[in-house]
Amino acid sequence: MSAVVDEHDHHADDHHDHGPAKGLLRWVITTNHKDIGTLYLLFALAMFFVGGAMAMVIRAELFEPGLQFVDPAFFNSMTTMHALVMVFGAVMPAFVGLANWQIPLMIGAADMALPRMNNMSFWMLVAGVLLLASTLFMEGGAPNGGWTLYPPLVLQPITVGKALPFAIFSVHLLGISSIMGAINIIATIFNMRAPSMKLMDMPLFVWTWLITAFLLIAVMPVFAGAVTMLLTDKFFHTSFFNAAGGGDPVLYEHIFWFFGHPEVYIMILPTFGVASTIIPVFARKPLFGYASMVWATGSIAFLSFIVWAHHMFTVGLPLAGELYFMYATMIIAVPTGVKVFNWTATMWKGAMTFETPMLFSIAFVVLFTMGGFTGLMMSIAPSDFQYHDTYFIVAHFHYTLVPASVFILMAAGYFWLPKWTGNMYNEKIGQLHFWISVVSVNVLFFPQHFLGLAGMPRRIPDYAVQFADWNMISSIGGFIFGISQLLFLYIVIDTIRGGTGEKVSDEVWEDAAKHSLEWTLPTPLPYHTWTTPPSVVPTEHVLDSH
Amino acid sequence: MNKAKQLFAGLILMALGLGAAHADYTLNLMKGVTKVSNDIYDLHMLILWICVFIGIGVFGAMFYSIYHHRKSKGHVAAQFHENTTVEIIWTIIPTLILVGMAIPATKTMLELSDVDKSDMTIQVTGRQWYWDYKYLDNDIHFESHLDEASEKVHRTPGADPRSVPHYLLNVDKPLVIPVKKKVRFVLTSMDVIHSWWVPDFGWKKDANPGFINEASTYVEKPGTYRGQCTELCGRDHGFMPIVVIAMEQVDYDAWVKKTLEQQKQKPDLSDQTTQQLMTHGESVYLKNCVGCHQINGAGVPGLIPALTGSAIATGKWESLDGFLRAGTSKMPKFDKLNAKEVAELLTYVRNNLGNKVGDELQPKQTALPDDDE
Repeated sequence: MSAVVDEHDHHADDHHDHGPAKGLLRWVITTNHKDIGTLYLLFALAMFFVGGAMAMVIRAELFEPGLQFVDPAFFNSMTTMHALVMVFGAVMPAFVGLANWQIPLMIGAADMALPRMNNMSFWMLVAGVLLLASTLFMEGGAPNGGWTLYPPLVLQPITVGKALPFAIFSVHLLGISSIMGAINIIATIFNMRAPSMKLMDMPLFVWTWLITAFLLIAVMPVFAGAVTMLLTDKFFHTSFFNAAGGGDPVLYEHIFWFFGHPEVYIMILPTFGVASTIIPVFARKPLFGYASMVWATGSIAFLSFIVWAHHMFTVGLPLAGELYFMYATMIIAVPTGVKVFNWTATMWKGAMTFETPMLFSIAFVVLFTMGGFTGLMMSIAPSDFQYHDTYFIVAHFHYTLVPASVFILMAAGYFWLPKWTGNMYNEKIGQLHFWISVVSVNVLFFPQHFLGLAGMPRRIPDYAVQFADWNMISSIGGFIFGISQLLFLYIVIDTIRGGTGEKVSDEVWEDAAKHSLEWTLPTPLPYHTWTTPPSVVPTEHVLDSH
Repeated sequence: MNKAKQLFAGLILMALGLGAAHADYTLNLMKGVTKVSNDIYDLHMLILWICVFIGIGVFGAMFYSIYHHRKSKGHVAAQFHENTTVEIIWTIIPTLILVGMAIPATKTMLELSDVDKSDMTIQVTGRQWYWDYKYLDNDIHFESHLDEASEKVHRTPGADPRSVPHYLLNVDKPLVIPVKKKVRFVLTSMDVIHSWWVPDFGWKKDANPGFINEASTYVEKPGTYRGQCTELCGRDHGFMPIVVIAMEQVDYDAWVKKTLEQQKQKPDLSDQTTQQLMTHGESVYLKNCVGCHQINGAGVPGLIPALTGSAIATGKWESLDGFLRAGTSKMPKFDKLNAKEVAELLTYVRNNLGNKVGDELQPKQTALPDDDE
């Protein structure tokens, strides 16, 4: 059941371990999956604060009716850049960082399959995000047509100044970076698993990332194609999306959302994987329904390709299209429901303790489910004619991103940092961080449901006075949530620098080694791990079949 | 614990108190004034209750477990990890619920997409940043802009939005429709994608440049219904509201008659005092120019040229006039303005917004030959 560590492995390390390069250059030239994972995670954390600062500008402007702080065009730049930075700079890279750290550890691989490409995909990400951020300082400001970059708006000279081509090249770089990362992850999982680990023995985190990587490879080129067409429409007089030249602006929406819908699952599937990893450890039970979790993940990924036009119920689809996309979208509730039920069943009759990673994971299950409920509501096409493009949808996707993806990223930080660094975080401050976050995130986003239902459109810098109260409450929640994340920053730094100083065991969490391989390695982790693969892997979830 | 409870109760009371301060505030979707909006409301409530019901079940089980199955209470973890029966049940039941939901949803969708046998048709054209309405049955045609009071307040730092009735939800010329008639809308756009939404009617529909969308409404109750553009359409996306007044047929007929008469009236080309020219000019400016060139004429750096100190604005008025009517690749042509409006606007632009050309133009000067007829 539990893994037997190959003692030989660690003795071997002593002899020919060439550790990290000296000095700062280590971080530039590194091909070590742990170093690159660290780079990704720290970069994502930095971008989380950059994107968060933009959200603070938005919430400050919306604190009261009237225009107080920013110009409407800059406000639109903020909503656009907040989304792009959070999606492409924070959430996606954070999960790639986790994948870098965890996938080799969890499958018993010495490193990623393509270490040099790994380094390159990180630095391309940095280049892409810097290019995007540089548009903030350009004449005419950063892109302000929404992160969806809909034409004709985004092509209009009076709307977007010089920023467009830079934003598009940035998307290209980010896309290449993501595709390289995805190829690396797939190659690693398929080729570098411990010989005894079958696909159905893999931890759920590895499974969800495998499926996510396929989604990335499938849709990033689609997005790159869509924005390249924008580029040629703007600069080479093509008319892909220009009705006057025989094109169709709605075509862009179709292409964008063919990318966009899988994209949102790219941000949530690894989230499911982490939750499925953390909850069993603190429930002291095997994950319930391992096989159905894998199938549900696969089904959700498949469905994500055939539901894109539910983002476009009001663009004037034919009736058959409205009905098809409504039915297809509703079906997603089934595999998603299975996952929520499985997590609940995993907790059921467990022996739970509530350390910070578990608290964040439980909050994830509850609050993600709330986001799922509103998602189900919006799948009902006629109702979406009311919900679409209001604060209701803003509340919906923030529930699925912030108290879901972001909370799980935090949970992952608390869960694995002690293993990675050998230092324990301060549990008291961790719990404080959790409680402030979970309360403020609801104060921030729950009232936005009311605003949307009452008729407040999204992406407006100023609003009618009947929306004032809930906007103010939402902003207060936003400020508290934003500031409280500095606690997380403090905890991360503190833990890296020694944490509470107590000795951390190899397992870190009670019986964690029953669940996954990384806990059988020494703490803190040596620079090189699994130079010889483990001979036995934990397969607790498939007890009966072994 | 008690303190936490008090704090919670306090927060709720505060929320209620704040809510009571604005009587027109709502938490839930509104029922609306059309059959389809009521059907959508019913769908919304049905799915909401289903979600609440499932939520109580799932979260109930979870919190029961969190409370009872904890290590600190000495609970020993069971080691089960699958149960085919349970898994089949919780796959099938949600599927059945969804099928049950799909039936009323399909009915409402059919209703929503039915635009046949309408009594009249209105063409709605989205513009940056106002709506253009054209009654296809009787040639009534007008623009509907954000009202001047909201326009001034949202562009003036420190002005109080609460001083304006229906702040940002009021227009200079509302759309007027008769009650108990099936009104068909054809929607399109002249520039970027907009979306026309009146919540009381139950739907929004995108206005796409180069394409035409259809929708219809049948309003039962006379009244004033307000909405907004719901597709990001540039810097003033938040400032192009919709107001529809639904009237009894008699009142509507009278409105049509009056409006058609007004539409036929020639603009008054008689001379005006400087003060009149400037005041009227400001109105024309607020309606047509302010969205891009801004309230102080400063434009937007990198995007839109300033009028203040502009060579074109302060040069020969004839060339400014020509420029205005012809437009450029960036600026739409304003040939829709009549001689009176042009004279007022030119005078205002050349002698305000930081410009001091010192001339004044009268409508007769800016009139084109065929304006006099």
